[in-house]
Amino acid sequence: MTNHVLAGTAQSQLKSRFWHKAARFSLYAILGIFALFYIMPLFVMVITSLKSLDEIHQGGLLSLPENITFEPWKVAWSSACAGVSCVGLKGYFLNSMVMVVPAVFISTLIGAINGYALMHWKFKGSEIIFALLLFGCFIPFQIVLLPMAILLGKIKLSGSFSGLIMVHAVYGIPFTTMFFRNYYMTIPTELVKAAKIDGAGFFRIFYSIFLPLSPPIIVVTIIWEFTNIWNDFLFGISFSEPGTQPITVALNNIVNSTTGVKEYNVDMAAAIIAALPTLLVYIVAGKYFIRGLSAGSVKG
Amino acid sequence: MSSWLQKHISKIVIAPSFAIILVFVYGFIGWTVYISFTKTKLLPKYTLIGTHQYEKLFSTPRWYVALENLFVFSGLFILIAIVIGLLLAILLDQKIRTEGFLRTIFLYPMAISFIVTGTAWKWILNPQNGIEAVVRSWGFESFRFDWLINSDMAIYTVVIAAVWQASGFVMALFLAGLRSVDQEIIKAAMVDGIPTSRIYSGIIIPSLAPIFLSAVIVLAHLSIKAFDLVVSLTGGGPGYSTDLPATFMYTMAFSRGNVGQAAASAVVMLTIVVAVIVPYLYSEMRSRHD
Repeated sequence: MTNHVLAGTAQSQLKSRFWHKAARFSLYAILGIFALFYIMPLFVMVITSLKSLDEIHQGGLLSLPENITFEPWKVAWSSACAGVSCVGLKGYFLNSMVMVVPAVFISTLIGAINGYALMHWKFKGSEIIFALLLFGCFIPFQIVLLPMAILLGKIKLSGSFSGLIMVHAVYGIPFTTMFFRNYYMTIPTELVKAAKIDGAGFFRIFYSIFLPLSPPIIVVTIIWEFTNIWNDFLFGISFSEPGTQPITVALNNIVNSTTGVKEYNVDMAAAIIAALPTLLVYIVAGKYFIRGLSAGSVKG
Repeated sequence: MSSWLQKHISKIVIAPSFAIILVFVYGFIGWTVYISFTKTKLLPKYTLIGTHQYEKLFSTPRWYVALENLFVFSGLFILIAIVIGLLLAILLDQKIRTEGFLRTIFLYPMAISFIVTGTAWKWILNPQNGIEAVVRSWGFESFRFDWLINSDMAIYTVVIAAVWQASGFVMALFLAGLRSVDQEIIKAAMVDGIPTSRIYSGIIIPSLAPIFLSAVIVLAHLSIKAFDLVVSLTGGGPGYSTDLPATFMYTMAFSRGNVGQAAASAVVMLTIVVAVIVPYLYSEMRSRHD
């Protein structure tokens, strides 16, 4: 009798363990299928960029390259054509860097000071000013495109690096201010009060208390701004000229260039080159990248 | 002097940024709104003539295509990205051994620009060499997947690429939310013998409501900005079948030289965004003051 009951429980245990295993298996299977979906475009881009055009036309989208060639990468970097100009992405990669670095630096610096002032040196109306700034995070940039084009023309910055840096820095301020303000919210006001009583001023407190506590939010802000500005296309295509185009605009021109044979392998190599800096940032500092994304979305 | 400075230093520091935002956000919005009520064609004219630009805009078939596409695209994009994002987050929350690795894979598209995404998917979806050719080579000779060049279906390719890009981000949002759900309540429910599916549908998912809201806001915001993706994936085509208000506005402003129509369409875009965002911001601000 007892034996019988024991055998029964063992059997049901075995059964439930089976179902448990089956559930775990399907769990991993579903996750695996999704992982394939996400990784597939990158995989296709990489293998296509390593094939010759002949192989692309013969073989399938998903087949591995038989004879690996780095020629498309060389072409994409230094001689791919966009219309009649065949100079590759090299120069445009540099253009993007020339634009991104100062724009990120300026907007991060301004954001840090703004966030500090708005959080710990509140004055009458400072909350309203913050709300007005915050609205700048949400506008579709189409609404500022036309007057910006006219203004850039008037101050003789049309198509210049300075003009593009200014545009990116200006529209970065709402985000950077929001990032720093929300981060500084976690620093107790008592600390600031104590420092004030000790006679420390606005900038002194910023330098010796806030700045040393800021590296995490500085990293988040820099990554956010770098990614946004590097990946920008709208401002790039609207306010640049051939010599100052950022890499996204150049990539789009190369891919949609209608002259000559369509070189898919070069297109893919060019796309990977354009994506590489931000991908690298994501891989190296993913934690901060995600934090910025969620901070940028939850807003406050 | 010094104490006066100390007293007002915060205002002095904020002033330049405030002035910049006043001009570059509010001033520019004001300018665009103003121009949308004038006769402006290529060069700005400053005589107000009423709603002429809007009447013209809303009698343009192409504008209706763009608006319809915006609603179809953003509706599907938001819905699918949230369903996939939530599903992935729940699956990843089951003590998965390779969670970190999988999370990295699901999220990397978010680091890439829409232009790169468009370039990649344009290649994958083109009927001659892409998925259609692959499935045919497996023996399904009559398989057809030509959405990219089919003007009725092309907008859905934009949805596919956008979902690919953003759903991992929605997953990250939900996963953070799942991790902050009170574990005690879940344990209590499990002790009571409530099945896992009921715990999710009855307790966990309802507690994620604020995350649903911010996910919808972010995705809605992304979709009104999806200009880059349409430009690189379909170029607005075939014809203008995948035009969005953003591409319509750009075409009017920079290819057609019709600044008046560009301004009017930009104002409509802003109105749509404000209609979505302002109630959200208002509720956020209120909940923070309570």
